[in-house]
Amino acid sequence: MNEQQLRTEIRQFVVNELLMGDEGAMLKDEESFLETGTIDSTGVLEVVMFLEQNFGMTVDDRDLVPENLDSVNSLVQFVLRKKHDA
Amino acid sequence: MTLDRALHECAVLHPEKTALVCGDRRASYAEVDGGANALAHGFRALGLERQQRVAIYLDNSVEAVQGIFGTLKAAGIFVVVNPQTKADKLAFILKDCSVRILLTSSRALAAVAGELAGCAELAHVVLADGLAKTESPETTALQEGGKQLHALNDLLAQPRSLPANPTISLDLASLVYTSGSTGLPKGVTLTHLNMVSAANSITTYLRNQPDDVILSPLPLAFDYGLYQVLMALRIGATVVLEKAFVYPYKYIELIAKEKVTGLPIVPTISAILLNLKDLEEHDFSSVRYLSNTAQALPVHHIRRLRSVMPNARLYSMYGLTECKRVAYLPPELIDSKPTSVGVAIPDTEVWIEDDHGRTITAPGDPGELIVRGAHVMVGYWNRPEETARALRPGRYPWERELRTGDLFKQDADGHLYFIARRDDLIKTAGERVGPREVENVLYEIEAVKEAAVIGVPDDTLGSAIKAFLALREGMTLTEAEVIKHCQRRLEKFMVPKHVAFIDELPKTSSGKISKRGLA
Repeated sequence: MNEQQLRTEIRQFVVNELLMGDEGAMLKDEESFLETGTIDSTGVLEVVMFLEQNFGMTVDDRDLVPENLDSVNSLVQFVLRKKHDA
Repeated sequence: MTLDRALHECAVLHPEKTALVCGDRRASYAEVDGGANALAHGFRALGLERQQRVAIYLDNSVEAVQGIFGTLKAAGIFVVVNPQTKADKLAFILKDCSVRILLTSSRALAAVAGELAGCAELAHVVLADGLAKTESPETTALQEGGKQLHALNDLLAQPRSLPANPTISLDLASLVYTSGSTGLPKGVTLTHLNMVSAANSITTYLRNQPDDVILSPLPLAFDYGLYQVLMALRIGATVVLEKAFVYPYKYIELIAKEKVTGLPIVPTISAILLNLKDLEEHDFSSVRYLSNTAQALPVHHIRRLRSVMPNARLYSMYGLTECKRVAYLPPELIDSKPTSVGVAIPDTEVWIEDDHGRTITAPGDPGELIVRGAHVMVGYWNRPEETARALRPGRYPWERELRTGDLFKQDADGHLYFIARRDDLIKTAGERVGPREVENVLYEIEAVKEAAVIGVPDDTLGSAIKAFLALREGMTLTEAEVIKHCQRRLEKFMVPKHVAFIDELPKTSSGKISKRGLA
C-alpha cells in the first residue's frame, strides 16, 4: 500500500467512525482530533483497533500520544514509521 | 460572597498568578478577571438584563471560563452545554430556559445553526474564534432571521474595569442541565449561595490551598468539572484545564511538568491509567490528593492508585447535581472502608429514611438518603412537579429537603454505602443517563418495534448501556446500524455499548414493558 492509499483509508475511517459518516464535517489532514472535539477517550481505543486490524501492527502503550494519533497526517506518518521499523 | 466577586478579589491580591493553563496558553488572574469584566460590559451592551440566561457551548478553554464569569458579572445566569450535545437537544435547552446569548465557536455553530432559528428568545451568538469562518447558508439564514453574530474579541475589547453588579447571594448563578427520567433534560437551578456553599465545603475537606495546581480534563458542563474551576478561582489556585482525557501519557506528563497537586478523576480515567504497564515508572510525587465521584472506584483501582501514589490522599465521594456533593470518605479510611462514601460533607446533614419517612439508624438497613444544606438547589427550571418530587417540605416548616432518589445503608460507625438508584437512571462514565432519552432515539429507527435500555456492570464505565430491541416483522437491523444511529443522535456517553435482539420484550400484566429480568 502506498502513502496515498493509506491516507485514503485513514480518511475513510475518520469519516465513518469518528464523524459517524458526516462527510461535511471532515477535517483537514493537519487538523487536531482533540482540538476539534472529534475524539474522546473511547475514540482513541477505536483508532488503536483500526490500526491494529487494518495494518497488522501493534500499538504499544507508549504510542498513545498525540504526536502519533491526533490527526490524519500524524496517523499516516505513524503507520509508515511502524512499517519501516518492523 | 458571590462567585464572581471572589474571583475579582483573587485578581486584586495576585494579578500575575496563573489561574488557568489551557494547552499552550497560560492565563493570569488579571487576564481571566479582566476578560470576564470586558465580556460583562459587552453582554450588557447587547442588552442582557439581570438574571437573563447566557449559554456556553464551547470546549474547556479560557474563553469558556471568561464566559461563565462574564455572565455572572453582568448579573446573568450561565448555562454550560457540553459541546458534544447534538443540535436538537441544544435547541431544547436554549428554548427551555429562554437563552438570550449563546457563546460558541464557528465550527460548533456550523453544525447547529439550522436548529437555532427556532429559538425565539435567542438574540445574539458570540463566536470565540471570530467571524471569519461563518459563511454558510445556515448562518446567513440565522442572521436574516434576526439573530446577530459577534466576534468574542470585539466584546473583549470593552473596558476591563469591574462592572457594577447588583447580584446578591440569593440571585441565580447557573442552570446545570441533567438527564431526567422523562427523557427530557431539566435545569438544576442554583443560586450563588448554593454554589458558594458547596465550593466552600468541598475545598475545606479537600484541604485545598492557594498553591494547589489542579489537573481537570472533565467537561465544564459536568458539575464536577465546573466546580474544579469555581473552587480553584475562589481560593487563588491554578487549574490545568484540558479539553478531554484522551491521551493518557499527555495527562501523565502534565502532572510532572505543572507539578500538579490535585487530580479529580472518574473511574474511566483510572481504568485507562491503570492499564498502562509502565505506570509505576512515572513521577507522581507532586500529587497531594485524588478525588473520585460520579461512580464508585472499583476496589482494585483504589489499591493500585494507592500503591502508585502512596503519599496522595484519595477521596471517595458521592453527590448529585441537585446539591453538587453530599458525602465524602475521610481519606484515612480509604484502605479500611474502600467501598464507603463516608460521612456528610462539612455544613451538611444527611440521614437514611424508610418508605414511611422514618429515620433508619440500624446498621445495614437500606433506605433513601435525604440531604439538608445550603447547597440544595432551588428546584428544576420551570418544572414545578418534578421539583416537588425532589424537594419536599422539611422537618422545619421554613425549609425544604432534597430526596436523592438513591438507596443507601450505613455501618455501625455511621459511614454511608451507596446501594442503587431508586429510579432507573443509569450512571455511565460519570454521567447520568435517562433510559427514556436513549429509548426515544431507538424508536426513531423504522425497524424497531420495542426498545428497552438498562445499565449492565462494566469495569471501565461503571455501568454500560445495553439496549434490548424487538423488531417489526420482516425487518432486519444490525448492532452496528443501531449504534451508528445512536451516535448521530446522542452524546457519546449515551450510545449503547451492547445491543441485544429478542423476539419480544417482557411485559407487566398491564402490558407495559418490564425491565425486570433483562440483563
